[in-house]
Amino acid sequence: MVDWFQRTKKGLLSSEKKVIPDGLWIKCPSCNEYLYKRELDKNLGICTHCRYHFRISCDTYINILLNVFEEFNAHLKSNDPLKFKASKKYADQLKQTMAKTGANEAVKTVKGKLGDHSVVLAVMDFNFIGGSMGSVVGEKIARAIDLAHEQHLPLIIISQSGGARMMEGILSLMQMAKTSAKLAQFHDDGGLYISVLTDPTTGGTTASYAMLGDLILAEPGALIGFAGPRVIKQTIGHELPEGFQRAEFLLEKGFIDVIVERSELKTTLIKILDFFKNE
Amino acid sequence: MSTIILDFEKPIVELERKISELREHAATTGVNLEPEIKKLEEKLQKLIVKTYSNLTRWQRVQLARHPDRPYTLDYVKRICSQFMEVHGDRHFADDKAIVAGLATIDDQKVILIGHQKGRKTKENLERNFGMPHPEGYRKALRVMKLAEKFKRPVVAFIDTPGAFPGIGAEERGQAEAIAKNLFEMAKLRTPIIVIIIGEGASGGALGIGVGDRLLLLENTWYSVISPEGCASILYHDATKAPLAAEAMKVTARDLEELHIADEIIPEPPGGAHRDPDQMAAVVKERLLFHLHELQQIPIDVLIEQRIAKYAAMGSWEE
Repeated sequence: MVDWFQRTKKGLLSSEKKVIPDGLWIKCPSCNEYLYKRELDKNLGICTHCRYHFRISCDTYINILLNVFEEFNAHLKSNDPLKFKASKKYADQLKQTMAKTGANEAVKTVKGKLGDHSVVLAVMDFNFIGGSMGSVVGEKIARAIDLAHEQHLPLIIISQSGGARMMEGILSLMQMAKTSAKLAQFHDDGGLYISVLTDPTTGGTTASYAMLGDLILAEPGALIGFAGPRVIKQTIGHELPEGFQRAEFLLEKGFIDVIVERSELKTTLIKILDFFKNE
Repeated sequence: MSTIILDFEKPIVELERKISELREHAATTGVNLEPEIKKLEEKLQKLIVKTYSNLTRWQRVQLARHPDRPYTLDYVKRICSQFMEVHGDRHFADDKAIVAGLATIDDQKVILIGHQKGRKTKENLERNFGMPHPEGYRKALRVMKLAEKFKRPVVAFIDTPGAFPGIGAEERGQAEAIAKNLFEMAKLRTPIIVIIIGEGASGGALGIGVGDRLLLLENTWYSVISPEGCASILYHDATKAPLAAEAMKVTARDLEELHIADEIIPEPPGGAHRDPDQMAAVVKERLLFHLHELQQIPIDVLIEQRIAKYAAMGSWEE
């Protein structure tokens, strides 16, 4: 390194001077503007400057969409079937994650009212081990499909997931088959299923229920794909094209029906439900 | 005889060499070495049993990937009296990482699909190392629909390091292609037998792997991600794959204990690659057994049982 490239006067470094209390202000990763957290929350996690969609929790989605709701199967927990241990014990990771999130697993399943429509809604949670699908997520999704099936209700699944959960090995993989099989039955009996893809939806989740909606919606900018971008980059050995695997890319390639801003999600879903409702 | 020798196979190969040398010596010199040869052969049998009954999970993964291991078309050649390969997904291309065809096995006419790896570099490039693109899954689905229409059972041979992670694959909907196959195979109105003959990596394997019976050869692995993939994520080090293989419990026997496998098919001593003919004969016998069994079941009951089987998979606490 040549000397004259280095800054000597510390005072010129602007980024270090902007000390912002944690949690009060948040920097938008897309436009770099600072956003007041309370304002951002009120705006459903959408940047007021560039419309970048921050990840939001599953509870927030439920609150945005449903007037009244009741959660079911919240008690289901992983029993660590493989007694999995890598750099840390899966059992410990589960315990810590449960304590952190206050939830038992990476999906919440509820029945409630979306406008005038009774619906079954499943929302995944990226905060819970990357929204990964193990036995419990698969089982809760399967039971949500069954409930919608039995009660002739529309089904909505909001995906936010890195894929199948490694720590439950083959059992996680089989959840893809389980949920797809349940959806096949639901489909054949005329059930309506709307899949909503949020950032990120990858791996086994995409390669099963996320891609099986009668209609598939996605949030702007959401990463959606089978393989993760890092793996693809490693495999092919060069940079990926701009916008690759983003919602807009999938729309262009013909794999999703429509991109919907989060602020429009509720009205869009109601429109679809209205359209398909048999009077 | 195998050209590539895994580390743990070396003492066996060494002993085999010694025996054949002694035989040769005896033949050329006329010296009676029978007692000695017999002793060594007994030792060899013991060594084989000892080695292969104590393999670690990682060693089984290595056997599953052995470059001399029989691939789908090696079985086709040995078990089908007739086979007509069919090509293409009718949308984009013919993916050579998955083969499909009209097959006759004794008295059974089946639609056969399978991942196909290549033996040499050129063929491996053509076959993309057995890693399908979306058009491979769509070709498989197209012929499975044909099977359904004409009431022919489906036999699926699984042997893949995974669905290909590339730009074209993503552009053409790798995830959609796999998801669609799971959805359609779950309710396909004809019996489906799935047999893992080598590697079963993730959605790439499952994409042609939903069925009424799951059979695994003894030295195979099948899991949600490859041991290397798991290791690079959890240990940030792909060379820790042997640890990941242990942690994820990836072998045929593990899958039996986890109630995922319906049957484990024993391999010849030392693995399928040491006696492909014998291996194929056993595979054929087991396929015919399950085909006959599944054909006794009324189709509505069969599909109900298939879906119920997958519904029961997994482990949780209520």
